[in-house]
Amino acid sequence: MSAARGPVTNDKRSTVNRLAADDVTLAYDQRVIAEQLSLEIPDNSFTVIVGPNACGKSTLLRALSRMLKPSRGRVLLDGQLIQSMPAKKVARTLGLLPQSSIAPDGITVGDLVGRGRYPHQGILRQWSADDERVVRESMARTGVAGLADRYVDELSGGQRQRVWIAMALAQQTPLLLLDEPTTYLDIQHQIDVLDLCAELHEEQGRTLVAVLHDLNHAARYATHLIALREGKVIAEGAPKDIVRAELVEEVFGLRCQVIDDPETGTPLVVPAARGTRTRAAAAEASPDAGRAAGGPAGATGAS
Amino acid sequence: MKDIRSLRTPGGLSLRLDVRACTVVVLLLAAALVASVVLIGTGDFPIPAGDVLRTLAGDGKPGQEFIITELRLPRVLVGLLVGASLGLGGALFQSVSRNPLGSPDVLGLGQGSTAGALVMIVLFSGSATQVAAGALVGGLVTGLAIYLLAWKRGVHGYRLVLVGIGVSAIVTAVNGYLLTKADIVDAARALVWMTGSLNGRDWDQVWPLLALVCVLVPLVLGNARGLRMMEMGDDVSYALGVRVEQVRLLLMVSAVLLTAGATAAAGPVGFVALTAPQLARRLTRSPGPNLVPSMVMGAALLIVADWASQRVFGADQLPVGVVTGVLGGFYLLGLLVTERRAGRI
Repeated sequence: MSAARGPVTNDKRSTVNRLAADDVTLAYDQRVIAEQLSLEIPDNSFTVIVGPNACGKSTLLRALSRMLKPSRGRVLLDGQLIQSMPAKKVARTLGLLPQSSIAPDGITVGDLVGRGRYPHQGILRQWSADDERVVRESMARTGVAGLADRYVDELSGGQRQRVWIAMALAQQTPLLLLDEPTTYLDIQHQIDVLDLCAELHEEQGRTLVAVLHDLNHAARYATHLIALREGKVIAEGAPKDIVRAELVEEVFGLRCQVIDDPETGTPLVVPAARGTRTRAAAAEASPDAGRAAGGPAGATGAS
Repeated sequence: MKDIRSLRTPGGLSLRLDVRACTVVVLLLAAALVASVVLIGTGDFPIPAGDVLRTLAGDGKPGQEFIITELRLPRVLVGLLVGASLGLGGALFQSVSRNPLGSPDVLGLGQGSTAGALVMIVLFSGSATQVAAGALVGGLVTGLAIYLLAWKRGVHGYRLVLVGIGVSAIVTAVNGYLLTKADIVDAARALVWMTGSLNGRDWDQVWPLLALVCVLVPLVLGNARGLRMMEMGDDVSYALGVRVEQVRLLLMVSAVLLTAGATAAAGPVGFVALTAPQLARRLTRSPGPNLVPSMVMGAALLIVADWASQRVFGADQLPVGVVTGVLGGFYLLGLLVTERRAGRI
């Protein structure tokens, strides 16, 4: 697996599917989120993007999936400018599970998953035998085959997320982008969804890119980790090579220890105790130590 | 559960048909046609259904032929076309705004057309054609205004509905002002127009509306699959390869044209655009935009309402807009109550 440090810019472009951002500036109206950002998503990796709130990770994912047009620079898919490619062609190569999606009232699971076939269909090719097979397989893959005739509104949060993943799978894209796929799920269902992602990556050789909030989940599941802060790539590479206490402090502003995960051996981030953090902050801050120690300094960055 | 049939040819073509939706369309179409025949036979000079059919087949008695082909058939055709346009326009609006209240009635498109028509009636004492043109322009301008105020950054929940209600209130005030300025003859004419009526409609109203429908319906249906994806949110439809902005703009322009065209032909017939898609949806039990069922439902609703306004309320012909207005008003109340209960308002 690729473990390159720092932004990769002039890698030789392979002919297999490959997604890259080349010197992009991302902005909503006038608000600039990231400037001159370059990165590549290694093929066949399970790449996870982490960083503090508002560091631009979701924005980056939106740009990579051509939802957001960079105000400068280019996003390249297979060496082509993604914005200028036919919409359906992109949709057959790159899938996205967005944060916000709406299940239409009264839609069944089978129908929703079937909609993932849209980029493979046309007015005269509405529902081929292939479509039917892929939908069945996608539902089996995500464990929702038994729910095919149920209404999506009746499902629990965990089941619903699996259904949306099944829809993205039915799209049959070699690249799949997931924007915080574990949000709003309890711990069991978070692990459940991440296990599913890992299986999709390992067994089917898909390239996965996910934005995750939980650094420990990221370190456990990612084969390639990208740490973002204020729109800049601070580090990237295999989690065990890059996750260090200094990095976590630099990216998240959180004092911590990094130990080996007793289950998997991957890095495990353990935030320093509150007392340690406030004392350290007070010592660093200013001569006026008393105020800093009593103030909210201890709460910075942990969000 | 749901019965969806797939037809496949060896050449790789495949069609997907929702059996229930198809049945609903066929039954509604049959109902609309039967009601049309009955409506043609209804009036001061009643004609039995058999004679109506014979005349339509080109084999009627000369006396009846004039009444049917020159007086009543065009009126019924205008009714069918207006109902279909309003039903389809309403379904498009509701689907794009993902909101059952996002229909032209609530958004003030009807009021906009009324303003256009009133300007022609009150300020210029215009001819019927000029009034229709005024209504068309009024509807299009209102559509543009709503687009500029609410649409540019995408539709968000109730934003469109709220802006529409605001626009509608302003235009209603303008309409009130225009009415007070009118002399009594113009005011009477304006009031008749404002209720929405099929009285005295002839072939002059049929042809332009038919042309509009023939152009727009295939265009809209060609984009129906993209619209179905857009019900899942912009992000998902983007990810699936729908050109969201393009499809949305095209469908909205079509919906505004259909609604404005229908209003120009028959006046602002209330609530068909609001109710037809919802009723069609209840019947098909399908989440999709239900475009064709809504269209047929609109046509059937309007013809039945017109028949009821002539038949049930006696010889003093009641404008069809009053009937649809009363029915639709009750429906809107029910809808508001259920939406309130569901916590969406």
